[in-house]
Amino acid sequence: MIVVDQLTKYYRVANKQPGFKGTLKHFFDRKTYDVPAVTDISFKISPGEVVGFLGANGAGKTTLLKMMCGLIHPSTGLVDVGGFSPQRRQTAFLKEITLVMGQKQQLIWDLPPMDSLYVNAAVYGLSDHEAKVRINELADMLELGEELTRPVRKLSLGQRMKSEILAALLHKPSVLFLDEPTLGLDVNAQARVRSFLSEYNKRTGATILLTSHYMADITALCPRVICIHKGNLFYDGDLDSLANSLSPSREVKVELKNPCSIDQFKKYGEIQDLNDRFVCLLVSRGKLTEVVSNLLTDFDILDLEISDPPIDQLIGELFMKGEVN
Amino acid sequence: MRIFGLSYKVIKTLLTTQYAYMLEYRIEIALWALSGVLPFIMFSLWSQNDVGNTFGLNDIGLARYFLSAFIVRQFSVVWVVFSFEEDSLSGRLSPYLLQPLHPLLRYVAAHLAEQATRLPFAAAIAVTFFILNPSSFWLPSLPQFFLAYLSTHLAFSIAFLLQSLVAALCFWTEKSSALERLIFVPYLFLSGLLVPLSAFPSSVLKVAMLTPFPYLINFPAKILSGMSVDILNGFIAQILWMLILIPSVNILWKLGVKRYTAMGA
Repeated sequence: MIVVDQLTKYYRVANKQPGFKGTLKHFFDRKTYDVPAVTDISFKISPGEVVGFLGANGAGKTTLLKMMCGLIHPSTGLVDVGGFSPQRRQTAFLKEITLVMGQKQQLIWDLPPMDSLYVNAAVYGLSDHEAKVRINELADMLELGEELTRPVRKLSLGQRMKSEILAALLHKPSVLFLDEPTLGLDVNAQARVRSFLSEYNKRTGATILLTSHYMADITALCPRVICIHKGNLFYDGDLDSLANSLSPSREVKVELKNPCSIDQFKKYGEIQDLNDRFVCLLVSRGKLTEVVSNLLTDFDILDLEISDPPIDQLIGELFMKGEVN
Repeated sequence: MRIFGLSYKVIKTLLTTQYAYMLEYRIEIALWALSGVLPFIMFSLWSQNDVGNTFGLNDIGLARYFLSAFIVRQFSVVWVVFSFEEDSLSGRLSPYLLQPLHPLLRYVAAHLAEQATRLPFAAAIAVTFFILNPSSFWLPSLPQFFLAYLSTHLAFSIAFLLQSLVAALCFWTEKSSALERLIFVPYLFLSGLLVPLSAFPSSVLKVAMLTPFPYLINFPAKILSGMSVDILNGFIAQILWMLILIPSVNILWKLGVKRYTAMGA
């Protein structure tokens, strides 16, 4: 169980004005002030949950993740991860968690990943046999083979990221903190990392906390999302409910056998588009079944498609607003 | 088996991996070894000006002292502050902080591996020196060699702890390598790298001996070259400095980690 209670983090920063005068002023009379990165956030996460943290750049997602894994100390408030206070970084706690940061590497650049993996195995106290079994198992899941014996600098970004994930999960952590794990990867590599994480969660029951700018990561992995805006939590719940509250309607696209007039469709919903035999309607979720059933009865329909408005677009609008209706 | 709380397996894996890493940079390390010829330059300078007698040494004694200083320097050179600063600013320190191994131990392993990589180059330079100065050839006795080996390791430990103390300031200043200059300048003059400390006026010598610097080069180099030196007091001073520096680094590290903001990560 992860408990976050009234967590707040301030960063001390100093602004510098441009130019020589600004430089002198910054040198002799530096003014610092506290900027809130995370303000009074509280939530609980049960073991085995996969939770996505959503927010625009600078919203405070990564700061929150860093406090939960013990990398930085909170200014006020409490974090409890499985009975541990993360900032104390006790060995038993460190053996239970891992942090993966997109583009930040722990693998030794000029050596093959396998060397770094054996260092990690020794550090976490795995026997040679355990290490071999774990490496083979994770390498299979991540579709890594010869890449593990090539210098890291010779690997593609996708291969490197998968090797990083392997290194981070070698000790079988039960809590995964993933900060943009698919950042910069191509579509196929992103999909492979996503399916691996889903599989890892199913096999081990690990708790996964994930930040990502790719909505596909969130929709594929996280039934629950926590939305943060300017350091404040403004939504904590399941992704479907969030989508419903953001967009109470669904799109119904119909291909008709014969052309029809606009008046014939007014009673079914809001007409988005009508072009010869093609109609696009916006129908409220509550009436969807009834409307679709009536459409199929009343018209000769060749094809019918029901879809949600794109989630990226909805979330983007949400970040602009900073609140859920 | 455990050494300083670390299992033999962790030590062996860290050292072998770091050695493999250093071998990737063997040319660079050869150049680093060559760049450490400052003691030879100083030897050439002092011997040509015939000031050896002022230091209480003849030409052979002077040659042996500066060769010993070169060897001690090869195995006590420390760069932790620069690596630590880079890792801290780039965010590489973050994963290290979340592993059940003190991050400074990784740097210790890197230094020891680098020393092993430097060994053949240092030996080659020493052989070249003897070929050019055959009269200065000597082999230390076994006890002399053992004591010099021990004091060089203690010198490395003190230098590493001193720089770690400065490196820990990264948690406050972000650019602590600039502060390293504060150590480097007195190190240069008071360690015996430029001139044996016996050349200093007694008042300066008394003050110098209160700092850790003479125990970094002068003390081990004197043992290795067979010069007269107060071995017991030298080792006591080295151990005392270790006892002062270990808790100091520990306290500063613990305070600093609380301020860590994981920049770049």
